[in-house]
Amino acid sequence: MQFAHSEEQQLIRESARSLLSTGAGPAQLRAVLERPGGYDVDLWRTIGELGWTGLAIPQAYGGAGLGWVELCILQEELGRRLVASPFFATSALAAPLISSSGTEEQRATLLPRIASGTVRIACALGGTDGRPPCDGVTATLERRGAGFTLSGVCDFVIHADTAELLLVLARAPLSQGAEGISVAVIPAATAGVTIQSHVMLDLTRPMSRVELSGVSVGREQLLGEPGTAGAAVEEALDLARIALASEALGGAERLLEMTTAYVKERLQFGRPIGSFQAVKHRLADMMIEVEAAKSAAWYAACVADERRTELAEAAAIAKSYCCDAFFDCAANAIQLHGGIGFTWEHEAHLYFKRARATATLLGSPAWQRERLVRGFASGAAATPVF
Amino acid sequence: MKLGFTPKEERFRAEAAAWLEAQLSGPFRDLRGKTGQSGQAQRRRAWERALGAAGWSCIGWPEAYGGRDASLAEQVIFAEEYARAGAPGRLGYMGVELAGPTILAFGTAAQKRRFLPPIARGEELWCQGYSEPSAGSDLANVRTRAVLQAGGAGGEWVVNGQKTWTSFAQFADWCFVLCRSEEGSRAHRGLSYLLIPMHQPGVTVRPIRQMTGGADFNDTFFADARTDADNIVGAAGDGWKVAMGTLSFERGVSTLGQQMNFANELRAIVSAAEANGLIHDPEIRQRLAHAYIGLRLMRYSALRMLSSVEAGKLSNEAYTYKIFWASWRKKLGVLALDVLGPRGEIAAGTAYEWELLPRLFLGSRADTIYGGTNQIQRNIIAERALGLPRESRGG
Repeated sequence: MQFAHSEEQQLIRESARSLLSTGAGPAQLRAVLERPGGYDVDLWRTIGELGWTGLAIPQAYGGAGLGWVELCILQEELGRRLVASPFFATSALAAPLISSSGTEEQRATLLPRIASGTVRIACALGGTDGRPPCDGVTATLERRGAGFTLSGVCDFVIHADTAELLLVLARAPLSQGAEGISVAVIPAATAGVTIQSHVMLDLTRPMSRVELSGVSVGREQLLGEPGTAGAAVEEALDLARIALASEALGGAERLLEMTTAYVKERLQFGRPIGSFQAVKHRLADMMIEVEAAKSAAWYAACVADERRTELAEAAAIAKSYCCDAFFDCAANAIQLHGGIGFTWEHEAHLYFKRARATATLLGSPAWQRERLVRGFASGAAATPVF
Repeated sequence: MKLGFTPKEERFRAEAAAWLEAQLSGPFRDLRGKTGQSGQAQRRRAWERALGAAGWSCIGWPEAYGGRDASLAEQVIFAEEYARAGAPGRLGYMGVELAGPTILAFGTAAQKRRFLPPIARGEELWCQGYSEPSAGSDLANVRTRAVLQAGGAGGEWVVNGQKTWTSFAQFADWCFVLCRSEEGSRAHRGLSYLLIPMHQPGVTVRPIRQMTGGADFNDTFFADARTDADNIVGAAGDGWKVAMGTLSFERGVSTLGQQMNFANELRAIVSAAEANGLIHDPEIRQRLAHAYIGLRLMRYSALRMLSSVEAGKLSNEAYTYKIFWASWRKKLGVLALDVLGPRGEIAAGTAYEWELLPRLFLGSRADTIYGGTNQIQRNIIAERALGLPRESRGG
């Protein structure tokens, strides 16, 4: 038992941090957010060349063959810098969906493209109300002749406006819950697909509405057996939740550092404000949450690699705790920076907004908690729905 | 990162589990599930001796002093099996977890030979003499005086003063005492760490009744109490350093066992909610989930702490662990009474005595006070871990 990162894992962290400290600073982020598409094209190319996108993909499919622990280290580092990147959507969401649902042939076709950083994939998971899968899957897949027809409106689709491929969750007509779920892979530029990007609260993770009007889908475009992907999807989403939790942890940790540095240098009443207990104790509370969030995210990443029986629980714990911690840290960062923390110019609001949006994604903290209670107590509550 | 255990470690687990099961379904079946630390003192004393005789009392210590040289993983495994078996709370806690490790780290060879084996055999029990009426959060303000006098073989310390909140003092054979050995010294200078026998005319123990109604701790008075000149750990005047070492031992493997008791309390709350239908209340469900998450995070953090201790460093989570669990348990106490509802406010019998959950509600109020209040913990985190400017101290 060694619940700490190995030297090799530390090295991955150090090299990622060093790359992002020069390649993804606040100024670069601002510039990126001004551009259409809302992600850093140069950085995306660089991390593809460095093999980040294939870090957790098996060597047989052109990846580095490392695990979720290593991928989550990258997610933490990306989260620290609020990097706007299709990395999460492609490598932490689409890749596990393909791995868990696809046939050997489909994996051999799609995963090497992800590993080489030459494809961006967006995942259309649910409908317009934002309920997480599988309950929230509303697009339908109907048989038509030898093929299928895909219809419906998917929303909250991350980086759909710049993706080459769409991975769409759809259900058999009249099916419910995890029953009847299929995963379709279609080029974004397919007849009947309309992608409309939104102005989002969180400026760093663009989302779009994807309308599917009777899109023809061939049998070979469905991952695995049609209508049977429910369990595989749930597992892949838990991996994605752990990756998101890691990103949130990185953001929370960075906010703690930024705010600690600020209260040491900001003088009022002739003293650094960090010498006042009212300020100190808030920072202490931030650190308590950050440390617990580390335990949550790191444990969950380990579970993903070596103890899949605990996956759902560890993912729910990590997703809920790390997102709450990120939000609390962002809220405290704004408060402790005072007036400057409320300005558009200061970065605090970017973190605050990302914290809120990350919490919402793939099931809110409250939703994760309800899921958790169902694991150890009787009954079920009707709320929360997302 | 690696969560699993090796086959050798799993064999160790089977051995520990088998011994515990044999004891707790055999000679000690009356103690099974008595995970608190009060009541049945004589039986608990016998349990300490049984653990000692079988070599399960202080497994992390060197074999020469009655331990097993157990690895960290083995200590974790034993703590888990101990709790899983429902083995009783340990009367020997202060010796096993605090006095022993302090003597191991700072004591002389003679002190190790004298004091460690009786702790490991479960024969000598200890208590902690730190807090005083005027030295709570400000521990360095201790006023208990120790003067070295001629007499006995090589002289002896004569000690006067009052210690308070001394758990286990009513059972203890020895007390480790932080006292002022240099007259006129102030704050953390001039303190010494003495080992004082409890069974002597100069020591008086008086129970303190707590808000729970019970009396688990005491005032301990030293009036010309004596101990051999040799019974000092570290040099005279170095007591602060030694005492701080003891405090850092409070965050050891034993926390894993403590968590199992917390888990029992949470399970009792879930059962109560299932029995009275509150399990269907969305708000109660959310709070149960928060509690469950906190419990799991304590376990993950303890594993992290232990892993970094083995790597020889004090990690950040060691600073935050105490306030995390203490705050968590206090919330759990409120949740317990909310789930019990009005019935939770009626005692079962005619005395002011409470069952598990009301006892949790009342008892957890101490958790954020002893061992460093939440306020002091936050100061320590901010100043030592985050490096914020120190609070100005009064003269």
